[in-house]
Parts: sequence; structure tokens; C-alpha cells
Amino acid sequence: MNTEKKPLVEVSHLKRYFDVGRGQILKAVDDVSFEIYPGETFGLVGESGCGKSTLGRTLIRLYDATSGTATFKGSPIHGSKSKSEMKQLRRDIQMIFQDPYASLNQRMTVTDIIAEGIDAHGLAKNRKERLEMVHALLDTVGLNRSHAERFPHEFSGGQRQRIGIARALAVNPSFIIADEPISALDVSIQAQVVNLMKKLQRERGLTYLFIAHDLSMVKHISDRIAVMYLGGMVELCESDELFDNPLHPYTKTLLSAIPLPDPKLERSRERMVLQGDLPSPINPPSGCRFRTRCPFAMEVCASETPKWQEASKGHYVACHLYNGEQAGTAAKPDSQGVDHHELV
Amino acid sequence: MNSLLEVTDLQVSFYTYAGEVQAVRDVSFSLGKGETLAIVGESGSGKSVTSKSIMRLLAKSAKIKNGSIRFEGKELASLPEKQMQNIRGKDISMIFQDPMTSLNPTMTIGKQITEVLRKHQNMGRDAAAKRAVELLNQVGIPNPEKRLKQYPHQLSGGMRQRVVIAIALACNPKVIIADEPTTALDVTIQAQILELMNRLQDQMGTSIILITHDLGVVANMASRVAVMYAGKIVETGTVDEIFYESRHPYTWGLLASMPKLHEKSDELQAIPGTPPDLSDPPKGCPFAARCPYAMEICYEQMPSYTEHTGTHRAACWLQDSRAPKVERPLAAGGER
Ligand SMILES: Nc1ncnc2c1ncn2[C@@H]1O[C@H](COP(=O)(O)OP(=O)(O)O)[C@@H](O)[C@H]1O
Ligand SMILES: Nc1ncnc2c1ncn2[C@@H]1O[C@H](COP(=O)(O)OP(=O)(O)O)[C@@H](O)[C@H]1O
Ligand code: SF4
Ligand code: SF4
Ligand SMILES: [Mg+2]
Ligand SMILES: [Mg+2]
Repeated sequence: MNTEKKPLVEVSHLKRYFDVGRGQILKAVDDVSFEIYPGETFGLVGESGCGKSTLGRTLIRLYDATSGTATFKGSPIHGSKSKSEMKQLRRDIQMIFQDPYASLNQRMTVTDIIAEGIDAHGLAKNRKERLEMVHALLDTVGLNRSHAERFPHEFSGGQRQRIGIARALAVNPSFIIADEPISALDVSIQAQVVNLMKKLQRERGLTYLFIAHDLSMVKHISDRIAVMYLGGMVELCESDELFDNPLHPYTKTLLSAIPLPDPKLERSRERMVLQGDLPSPINPPSGCRFRTRCPFAMEVCASETPKWQEASKGHYVACHLYNGEQAGTAAKPDSQGVDHHELV
Repeated sequence: MNSLLEVTDLQVSFYTYAGEVQAVRDVSFSLGKGETLAIVGESGSGKSVTSKSIMRLLAKSAKIKNGSIRFEGKELASLPEKQMQNIRGKDISMIFQDPMTSLNPTMTIGKQITEVLRKHQNMGRDAAAKRAVELLNQVGIPNPEKRLKQYPHQLSGGMRQRVVIAIALACNPKVIIADEPTTALDVTIQAQILELMNRLQDQMGTSIILITHDLGVVANMASRVAVMYAGKIVETGTVDEIFYESRHPYTWGLLASMPKLHEKSDELQAIPGTPPDLSDPPKGCPFAARCPYAMEICYEQMPSYTEHTGTHRAACWLQDSRAPKVERPLAAGGER
């Protein structure tokens, strides 16, 4: 990743709240700031309900921003736009969903599904060209041209996800938001889809926001990874750095929770097991939202929201343990990767 | 190890409008006391059908065509439903991926637990209520008295799965079959549930059949592993034999397609293609169409098992003395 480049996506203090009735507000995304650079894969992880999909959907303008800003290629994603600006945005940013079955219209043929965007944007001069484009896309995602006239239910999960990818690619986007694109697939098929996404990125210079809850796959595909907890971002850094040197206690528990496919290691490993469940985003804890489950919580954690700060170059964290003053007084967890032993 | 459950040559088929689907094709394995046998393999390989056959919970369109399922010497495959009801939930209980499939949404948690206790243990109302509190404590649910009065939808996914485990444990079963028990849960909650299951097993000596497609979960829980593919067990061994000395190309493919946390590689090793259609299974090795080592014989004839140790066997023509020597790829783990 090249941080010298200008960011493709810039998000600043973005909030997305939902009014859930009875005067209650659910803060699904609450004040997040980050950039995504051209050609990079930006991984987004966290437990379900932490706001990943809401963030992705806000970036593709399926949701308005409650406050804060998000820009794409320098211009705001939200707010009023001319028809042609809207059209361009709808082409430039595409989304791939977790459940390829639910996201494909069961009554449309593969050709019509893939060509939806081509038609909407008038990208094909005639039927012949339209079919040629669909065939080329089928080739690109590794599906057989003979599949073109079939219906979604005739395909396996992995094949359906390829159809979803072909549909997204049809309009030549530069930015793809992939919301748990492999979570519903078998491991061996996950690898096929991830390899395909990487190949497409190399060939077309695509930028990805890759949302997932499987950290090992996210590590494999991402250049940088952001960790979310209860609507907020708690840590962001390069993917290797996150695994070698996690700072935030929540990141550490996440890494520690991954069972590794190595029985000898699993037998000797001491886990940091997170107690309890995720609190409600309607009434999040004061101060640091993680404090009700954090083994290092201090007094200040209840009264002050930790600042989002750069702990080392390119490594951002929101935790009082890494505040200049507090850092000395608190027992700082040592920063090893997944094999730390200081906690069980 | 004396075996508690012995499955031999099990064949199960579904009879659909499109014809016979041979979901389970000659599966044999045994389960010893206090051990955890993991059954792994991709979706559609027959893991759930195998476990539902043991519980005799198969759909009406399914039939056990052949084979035996012996539990403590009793033949379950042909046991009348009435007697099966005394075994189900009492001697053998099951945990499903989605806790809502085992919970009744219209009944309080307390009622659901006490009902099992009163039916199988002949407990009175008060004794059952007391035991229900104990059970929720045991599975790590805080405020059990309050929880017992709640309905399933008032609990988080992780809490619901704990309730399902509590119900499964209610009668001190000898065998628990857990079908993807943590697949729907977040990794932090999964870690809690795995820890709970490991602890309960240590305390109670229960035998577990763990069905999963997550090799990390297998490494964490299992003592032995059976690898299933297209309705067959293609390799079985102790957990170390499978992870460090596997012999079957499908097992190699599964292990190699897992991303490694501590290594950087550009390309994941995917297994190309998809599993065969079980309404018309290939006559030879079912993995042949996807196997990089396939030979002519593989398409013609199903390989038989080669025993490597008393616990480790694999069904692959590469094990035949006439086959070319192929080394396990490095990405599939183990040492040279
Ligand atoms: N349309 C909506 N209306 C109300 N609440 C919502 C809506 N979408 C999401 N939420 C809530 O916002 C929070 C974040 O959800 P989501 O973004 O889907 O999380 P994730 O994708 O990380 O699982 C959850 O508490 C969820 O219930
Ligand atoms: N009700 C059913 N009718 C027809 N075929 C079925 C039915 N249930 C399962 N099968 C078939 O049986 C095979 C094994 O299924 P299953 O045991 O559920 O796989 P797994 O649990 O390994 O994912 C699959 O090929 C599936 O299509
Ligand atoms: S700010 Fe406090 S409660 Fe929050 S993660 Fe850091 S130490 Fe834990
Ligand atoms: S029998 Fe042949 S096709 Fe089957 S796994 Fe072995 S080498 Fe591959
Ligand atoms: Mg989501
Ligand atoms: Mg299953």
C-alpha cells in the first residue's frame, strides 16, 4: 500500500444512528475516521452487531450519514447530487454480499443478473455486445459460458458468489465493498473466492473494503485491518502489525480466540477468553465501550472516552493504556501476538 | 478403549422426485468412552445425515439402507421408535448449529429444561426446578433464576447455545452429538463455548461426536478425526495423525486451504472444482475429479482402506504399493 497516494475514500467522524422507537437511538456507527487508499484491501473485523455492515452500507449510500463526512475520490458521498453524479457513484462503488443466494434474484437468468448494471448504465450498444460482455465476465470469474442461461438455484454457494462478483464487476467499479463474501462458504471454496478476488484486484487495480469476522482470512487478504467494537473503531494498522503487535485489549482477545489448525499448539495455548456478551448499542457503557469486558479497565475508562491516536507510525488505537500519562501507571499488557500467556 | 458406539457399513439414501441421493455410503467408525471424535468435511459430505441416523431423526424421505449402529450393544438402526425415545435426550443428546432449532420459542427456558428432567429422570417439580438452576450455573449462565423465567428470544445467540448445552446435559448423557455447535457464533463466543464443552467433558467423561468444517475447532477439541467426502470416510486417525501425518489428498487439500496466521503467502491453496453429485456418485474414488494425483485406476475403482497404524487409515490408491511415491505437500502440515 502506498500512503503517499491520495486516499480514494476518506471518512471523518462518521456516525450512523437508527431511531428504534420509544425515543431510543441505536448508535450503530459512532464517530469513525479512516482512509482507504487506491489499490488497497482494507479489512474490517469485529463481532456481529458491531456496525460493520452499517458502515459499508453508509459508504455505498444505502444509508445517509447521521453526521460526519465520507468522500469518494474527493467528493462527498452523501448530500444532494446531480443525476449524473449519482449515476457515476452507483457505477464506481459496488457491493458483494454474504449470502449470494438471498442477494440474487431467483427468477432471473445468470445473464440478466450480471447484465443488470450494464443495462442500467447503458454500457452495451446492442444485445450481441451485451452477451459478449456477460460471457467475458463469466470467463473472468471462472464460470462456464454454458451457465449463462441458468438460474441461481442451479449453482453451488461458491458459484453463486462468483455470479455476485461478476455482477459487481460488470459496471467497471473502482471500489468494491465486500460484506462477509465468504462467510457462508466451505473453507476450500473460500480459498477459491479469495484467490479470485486477489487476482481481479491485481488485474483491475480494484480497491476493496473487505468485511469479515474470520480473522485469519482477513489477514490473508488485507493490507490494513480496522477492528470495530460496538460502533466504534478501536484499532487500525497494517495487517501483519495487527497480528504481531496488537495493542487494544479487544484485538488481543479476538486474536486469542481464534482456534488454530494445529493440535499441539492448541493443547499448550493459554487463551484470553472474553467474559460476557456484547452490551447493547442503545445504551453503550460510558467512557470506553469495552470497559465492561476489559481485563485492564481503570477508573478513567468509565469517565473518559479514549482518544483515537497514532501509537506508532500508521498504527492507531483508542485505549487509555496508550495515553501518555496513564500508560505509566497502568499495567501495560505486553504486546505479543496470539500466544500471550499473561491472561487466561 | 472400549467402544460405546459402533457404526458399521452405514448406508443412507434419500428418495426424491429426481431419484435416489446416496448421502451416506458405507460409513464405519467407533466412539470410545470419554473421547471426542470430530467428523470433518465440506457441506453436503454427509456429516449431518450420519449423525441424524444415529439419533434416528432422519427425514421421512430418507432410509437406512444397510449397516448397523450399535450403542452399548443395542442395535439402534432397527430399534422401534418408542424405545428410541428413551435413548434420545437421555443416553444420547444432540446440539445443533442453530440453537433455535432445539428451543421452543413459546416456552420459557425453565419449562424446557424441567420438562426433559421430568420426562427422563422422573423428577418432581421442585427437584427439577432446583436441578435446572444447577445446570444453568454449570454452563456459565449468570442469574439462572431470572433466566429460567425468560423466553429464548430474550437471550443472545451465545446464551441460547449454552441453554441448549444445558438441556443436552440434563440427563447426564453418555454421548453428545454436536453438529456445528459454534458455526453461527462469533469467534469470542465460540471460544467460550469450546472451553465450556472441554471442561464439561473433563468433569463428566461424556463422549462427543463433533461435526464441524472448522479445522481450528477440530484441533482444539478432538481426540480422533474422521474426514468425510461425498458420503464416505476417506481418512481417519488420531488428531495428531490427521494434522501432522495425513495420507489422503483430500485431507491435504483441506489443511492447505486454511490460511496460516503466521505465514505470509500470496495464494491460498484452493481445492479446484466441487464435490460430486450424490444422486449419481462416481464409481471410483469420489475425489478423482478434483485430485491432482488422480490415476487411471482412481476413476475405475474405489480404493480400499490401508491401515497405517492401529488408529490411522486412508482410502486412496496412492497407498497401493504399485502407485508412484507421492509426498505430503508442505502446506498440508507436519514434518518431514
Ligand atoms: N436498519 C436498521 N435499523 C435499526 N437497527 C439496525 C439497522 N441495521 C442495523 N442495526 C443495528 O445496528 C447494529 C449494527 O449492525 P450491523 O451493522 O449489521 O453489524 P455487523 O454487520 O457488524 O454485524 C446492530 O445492533 C443492529 O441491530
Ligand atoms: N432432505 C433431503 N432430501 C434430499 N437430499 C438430502 C436431504 N438432506 C440431505 N440431503 C443430501 O444428503 C447429502 C449429505 O447431506 P448432509 O449430511 O446434510 O451434509 P453435511 O452435514 O456434511 O453438510 C447432501 O448431498 C444433501 O444434498
Ligand atoms: S480504554 Fe480502558 S477499558 Fe478501554 S480497552 Fe483500554 S484499558 Fe480497556
Ligand atoms: S484414490 Fe486417486 S483420485 Fe482418489 S484421492 Fe487417491 S490419488 Fe486421488
Ligand atoms: Mg454484517
Ligand atoms: Mg450439516
